[in-house]
Amino acid sequence: MSVTISSTEPALTTRQLTLAYDRAIVIRDLDLVIPAGQITALVGPNGCGKSTLLRGLARLLKPLKGTVYLDSASIFRLSTKEVAKQLGILPQSPTAPEGLTVRELVAQGRYPHQSWLQQWSAEDDRFLEQALAITGMVELANRPLDTLSGGQRQRAWIAMTLAQNTPILLLDEPTTFLDLAHQIEILDLLYELNQTEGRTIVMVLHDLNQACRYADHLIAVKNGGVYAQGIPSNIMTEAMVQEVFGIESRIVHDPVTHTPMCIPISRKARLA
Amino acid sequence: MKHAATKPSPPSAPPSAHSAHVNLLRLIGLGIGILLLFGCLIASLLLGAADLDPRTIWQALFAFDGSTEHLIITTVRLPRSLIALTVGAALAVAGAITQGLTRNPLAAPDIVGINAGAALAVVGATFLFGSASSHTYVWFAFLGGTLAAIAVYVLGSIGRSGLTPLKLILAGAALTYLLSSLTTGMLILSQRTLDEIRFWLAGSVAGRDFATFTSVLPYMGIGLLVALILSRQITMLTLGDDVAKGLGLRTAWVKATATVVVILLAGSSVALAGPIGFVGLVVPHLVRFFAGVDYRWLLPYAAIAGGTLLLLADIGARIIIKPQELPVGIMTAIVGAPFFIYLAKQKVKR
Repeated sequence: MSVTISSTEPALTTRQLTLAYDRAIVIRDLDLVIPAGQITALVGPNGCGKSTLLRGLARLLKPLKGTVYLDSASIFRLSTKEVAKQLGILPQSPTAPEGLTVRELVAQGRYPHQSWLQQWSAEDDRFLEQALAITGMVELANRPLDTLSGGQRQRAWIAMTLAQNTPILLLDEPTTFLDLAHQIEILDLLYELNQTEGRTIVMVLHDLNQACRYADHLIAVKNGGVYAQGIPSNIMTEAMVQEVFGIESRIVHDPVTHTPMCIPISRKARLA
Repeated sequence: MKHAATKPSPPSAPPSAHSAHVNLLRLIGLGIGILLLFGCLIASLLLGAADLDPRTIWQALFAFDGSTEHLIITTVRLPRSLIALTVGAALAVAGAITQGLTRNPLAAPDIVGINAGAALAVVGATFLFGSASSHTYVWFAFLGGTLAAIAVYVLGSIGRSGLTPLKLILAGAALTYLLSSLTTGMLILSQRTLDEIRFWLAGSVAGRDFATFTSVLPYMGIGLLVALILSRQITMLTLGDDVAKGLGLRTAWVKATATVVVILLAGSSVALAGPIGFVGLVVPHLVRFFAGVDYRWLLPYAAIAGGTLLLLADIGARIIIKPQELPVGIMTAIVGAPFFIYLAKQKVKR
């Protein structure tokens, strides 16, 4: 399932993208390039529009204005099934009906590759098994999702998007509600997928330090626009954290990964 | 080739063997279900005000001689049994689809007000135009069901949080009250209308002839067929809109088509047998234990179990206060109402 893309070309491009819920504009006139073959992390405070932006990139939200380009074609011009062969999206904390097994869930990922005539092929089987293997879900494949731990459940959902076999993978807070060990496990898995198969990964992350560790490209979102973007060591500054998150911090050198590390400064004097 | 031969052989029972095994069991279960359904159909032909023996039924069907017993079977028992079977199947499938569409375990055409809307339209038509034929009844039922579906959708979507499971149920309950009291009002104004449809309004499969049955059957057939064709897509809807859209499903189209299917199935059921409650709610939950959550299995199971259940309920309605009869809708309510309360306690979050 290897996907090779030259890292110079864009995976997704937005032009004057304006996104709104009802009539409240969340993202305004955004021009953005998501580099192919890299891990991009979207960071920003609650309500800044990063999740909305991700949904817009995945054509889940119809823009008020502007569009998103996938391989130079507007994703709203392509059939939604065609887009689903190129781009997988894992929304924030998805829920499955009670009793759905991991295998049944992961099998749904093959939908864009099937048709009325071709319901389930040997190739579908192969991608299903592969997705289970990569995520370490083979042993749990026949278990209902509601009997699994949060981390296992999240791995099952990721397996579903892997079975979809798309060069681009968008994930909205893939580590929410997971403990630290499971957070690292999920992020390592995504890193491996990027390294071994060259998949483009775009994810919303809350933890700035994790974003710096795993992302090649960091996008700081503020008030519905991009405040700064680039490699983490360039844009992760005390000034940026102050501007975007409104807190004082020190940026230090992460001794393990040699990426920037943000230490927030508490207002409580006794901690200083 | 030589290299391949030295490779370790795959484990003897890969996990996929498990799902093949499960599917085989489900197929066997479906076979048993069909046998049960057939058994209940026979019982429904045999039992009633006058108990008949199997030989008479056989002769009535294949060597009709015009005797009273044969006439009872062909003009009373057979249409009644077939109506119970198909109405039960249609309501159960409509219920399963409604639950999938709304991602709400308490949803069903009767709970959200579609049955009440269809019933009001049929009563209204009878009130205004006198007794119409079932051909026209069914179209009024579709119209009433559609208007009720739109109303409950709009009513339940008011407010910031949109159509939550709880608001859907509340809107459905409110709408059902409103529509039912309008129906009652019309019946009070017109004694003639009341006499004609009093029994029907409580939900009854009795007193309908073959012509009525066959005039509505095509709509049910189309509804059931489209439901089966859409079953894969409905399963995907149960994962949520964003996931389904992300996988390339045209959710708006699937939802619209599935809603039309629900209205076809519920509307034609109401036209035939009145607003029978709880079958659509209860049956999908009963069969989920055997059929799982995949609608490709769930819908056939629901159809068979729904048909069986309504046949049984109708047999009960005939023999419980013999020689009098109860409307079958009262039987399903007696069994269904406690189940609804159980579900509300168990399954509704917030």
